[in-house]
Amino acid sequence: MNLPAAIALSHREQIKLLAGVLIFGAAALLPFFNTTYWLSIGISIAMFTVLATSWALFSGPTNYIALSTAAFFGIGMYIVGGGLPYLPFPALVLVAALAGALFSAVVGLATLRISGVYFVIFTLGLAELVRQVVAWAQHVMGTSSGLYVLIGISDQAMYWLLLGLAALVFLVGWAIGRSRLGFALRIIGNDEVVAVHSGINTARAKVVLFVISSTFAAMTGALVAPRWSYVEPSIAFSPFLSFEVVIMALLGGVHRLWGPLVGVIPFTLLWEFISAKFPSQTTLLLGACFLLIVYFIPRGVVGLIEDFTRERGGAIRDLLKRWTGGHA
Amino acid sequence: MDVIIIGLLLGGTYALMAVGLQLQYGVARIMNLASGETLVCGAFGAVWFFTAYKMSPLYALIGVVPAAFFANWAIYRFMMLPLVRRAKNQGQLEVDSILATFGLSFVAIGILLALFGGEFLAYSYLATPFSILGQPYALNRIVAFLGAAVVCVGLYIWLHHTRAGLTLRAVSVNPSAAGLVGINVASTSALAFALGGAVSASGGTLLSMFLNFDASLGVIFTLKALVIVIMGGVGDIRGAIVASFILGLTETAVATYLDPGLTLAAAYVLFIVILLVRPEGLFGRRSS
Amino acid sequence: MHRRTVLKGAGAAALAGPFGFRAARAQDATVKIGVIGPRTGVMASGAAVSHFPNFKLWEHEVNARGGLKMKSGQRKVELIEYDDRSQPGETIKAVERLAAQDKVDFIMPVYGTGYNLAAAPIYAKYGYPQVTQAAVTDQIDTLTQRYPGLFFVQGSTSAFAQSAANVLKKLKDEGKIGNKVAIVNVADAFGIELANAGRPIFQQAGFEIVYDKSYPLGTQDYSPVMKAAKAANPDAFVAWSYPPDTFGLAEQAKIEGLNVKAYYSAVAVAFPAFRAKFGNSIENVLGAGGIQDSPEIREYYRKHKEVTGVDADYWASPLYYTFLQILTQTFEAVGSFDREAIINHLKTHTFKTVVGDNTDIRKQRLARYWTVGQWQDGFFHAVSGVGFDNYKPVRLKTGWGT
Repeated sequence: MNLPAAIALSHREQIKLLAGVLIFGAAALLPFFNTTYWLSIGISIAMFTVLATSWALFSGPTNYIALSTAAFFGIGMYIVGGGLPYLPFPALVLVAALAGALFSAVVGLATLRISGVYFVIFTLGLAELVRQVVAWAQHVMGTSSGLYVLIGISDQAMYWLLLGLAALVFLVGWAIGRSRLGFALRIIGNDEVVAVHSGINTARAKVVLFVISSTFAAMTGALVAPRWSYVEPSIAFSPFLSFEVVIMALLGGVHRLWGPLVGVIPFTLLWEFISAKFPSQTTLLLGACFLLIVYFIPRGVVGLIEDFTRERGGAIRDLLKRWTGGHA
Repeated sequence: MDVIIIGLLLGGTYALMAVGLQLQYGVARIMNLASGETLVCGAFGAVWFFTAYKMSPLYALIGVVPAAFFANWAIYRFMMLPLVRRAKNQGQLEVDSILATFGLSFVAIGILLALFGGEFLAYSYLATPFSILGQPYALNRIVAFLGAAVVCVGLYIWLHHTRAGLTLRAVSVNPSAAGLVGINVASTSALAFALGGAVSASGGTLLSMFLNFDASLGVIFTLKALVIVIMGGVGDIRGAIVASFILGLTETAVATYLDPGLTLAAAYVLFIVILLVRPEGLFGRRSS
Repeated sequence: MHRRTVLKGAGAAALAGPFGFRAARAQDATVKIGVIGPRTGVMASGAAVSHFPNFKLWEHEVNARGGLKMKSGQRKVELIEYDDRSQPGETIKAVERLAAQDKVDFIMPVYGTGYNLAAAPIYAKYGYPQVTQAAVTDQIDTLTQRYPGLFFVQGSTSAFAQSAANVLKKLKDEGKIGNKVAIVNVADAFGIELANAGRPIFQQAGFEIVYDKSYPLGTQDYSPVMKAAKAANPDAFVAWSYPPDTFGLAEQAKIEGLNVKAYYSAVAVAFPAFRAKFGNSIENVLGAGGIQDSPEIREYYRKHKEVTGVDADYWASPLYYTFLQILTQTFEAVGSFDREAIINHLKTHTFKTVVGDNTDIRKQRLARYWTVGQWQDGFFHAVSGVGFDNYKPVRLKTGWGT
């Protein structure tokens, strides 16, 4: 790779980078304003931002819908739960990342031939398999007590950790977009056959992305473990988590790096609103909301934003033209 | 021998969970994540009928089957068809139908919760031993197995030996080509979706004789059904049936000879291995 | 309540917008009590029996007698309920919502071990006492030291394993059953913990474990397990089981004709649905929980059914009610919702409750509780426990009837 070219940023990219830094910087200030309710929502948003954005890093360009988030999330959680007597927490997060990367590399290589709906259900089955094996192993090798993660991490620290991880996801995603890998991915996403004929190693690209995405899921599980305190299979490997991540990402939009983010934020707030206002019919109304969104916002939040900017785009361009003297 | 009979009985149970989804996905191309909730509705119908009238839950089928048929027809006609028409390609439809049916499953859970409450609903019916070759088996499981056999054989004959069945299979193989030869794809798909729903619900009624249900339990059946349908291969009803029995026999053999703690792990290993060897499932067609 | 304050309250709530919550009625004279539990998800079926109805019964009873007698006068209670959908992340958010937004006077415990532990730091942060329910753990010492406001009423995992072993050991020592025991467990948190805690205890008690296997949560056919257990020819059968499998195993035991003289299954034997399903055939089945028969407790079951429309269970339900009685007495003794004073009162007093005249939770755990029950003549009697002198004698199981 041509190094100077990779580092040199265009004017547009400098602005984008600056905007990103500002947004994350502003988000990092949240604990100074509220350390209770809004912070707990912030933690939720940060966690799902990591999961949904990293999910989309793989699934966006490849159009492969992976339901394996819970598998890696659970592995991360169990590594912290089981490893705490032997290693400090930060080391365990790294172990979780490593384990997630290794396991997802194996899975990624194994699943290259599987596509479409077969891939969707394959990943779902994989998550259930991991859960079964872990539960069985916990029984066979387990000690008399369950797995507890009783290290006091304050809510502020938890928030900053997850926010940091989210920033890392965005950096990685941005770097991928600029690299040859990103270029290859765009071609694969448009037409895999064309990509193969242009000499792109589609297999390697897919596996690398799957590994990146799964590693982040494992790290999230590891980070969240102290917040949930008690590790058990039905909580750590909840298939619902996988679906939730997919839905948030799809509702946002997966073809832009910031797409899942604009899914996660409004929908965490919307679901919080429903949970708070309609406590006896929460599930029913969540379902009704999904349906409304599918029918009335077919292209996700990104689609809404793009429609909006296109409509207003002409006017803004005119304005800019006048302002810059016709050079924009 | 024991293992084979138990395995077959369990396979029948699984077939009741999966064949309905197979019709819905194979023909109508809707990955119905609310399939498990349809099944739970069938089971709740039976529980309600049994406790209200103290009559055999099998009579509940008379009400459950048409109700599920029409409800699912309406779901396809008014909720899924707009998605089908809107979708530019199969991938788009898959994403939309996953989102929509996931929402639908939540709505169904919410309604069940409001109607029946969240407790376990259970009753006892035909929980008596029935002797085959000197070994006792649960009579209600045998009845459910017979029910599964009737459904599977009936569907197979209907699909392969009637004109309506041929239409369904044509849509399953290639919807656009089927449209070209004068088949009304939309109404055929609606029929398949409705039929699939009716099969799932009747499965729920039969299973309620020996499984316990609560309003949130549907997801377990959906997951199992998805695995079976994909393992068998999309679009061929034999796939789902064969996969059900393979899973039933494997789980029973592992539980008996190896360790009951590994039954579901073994089932998923088998699922994964089959997909790795045949990425389109046992009976599936290789897509272009 | 004055009409004007209500109107003012409603206006404020409307002004506060979508995230204004129900806390806006600050002038309201009622006591606001937060209740969080799972309406849907894996924990929902248990919570529908033990968790929600008891709070409803309590609200009904307190308001029927005019409210809680506080220093500021008598105040009625109002429950603010949230659904955590069996997700610990939601549980945490709901506790924060109750504490920071709704600013409730008190927060009731959440449902289940994992969920109570996930919520413990938040209760501690606000200083709310947390008298956990449906939570059984071997880490009581560590946890109560860590959180001074955390209480347990259901005892430890090893106490449950120990008592089940004691019941069987007594039968063995009396020569009523042999020494062969078959043990199975569900491969999920509580089942795994009980199995691993119970294994050495049974061995020390002189039992030969002839079958010892787990099965996955969500198993749909228990015949292989039951056939293998039966083939091992045990004298006693122990299942560390969860609600769906407790039902499945019992049905299969009946079909296979597993005629052990002692049959134990853990969670859900105490559920009313268990007896409703199996009727008299589960006579003399042993299970986790149990309660000592008394006119007071019979009255509790009657009221529970009358007010909530749901039958209470024979394990968690009476303990919920016990805790609510303790709480009522504490609120009225302290006279306010001063959280520190409430915790202090709990740690220094004993209470008159449905399970005894001197119910003691001073060491952040219930001093006496029952651990093993047995269905005898339509009631799930306590046959073993921790801290009591007398228990109802254990009967031997004689087949599954017809």
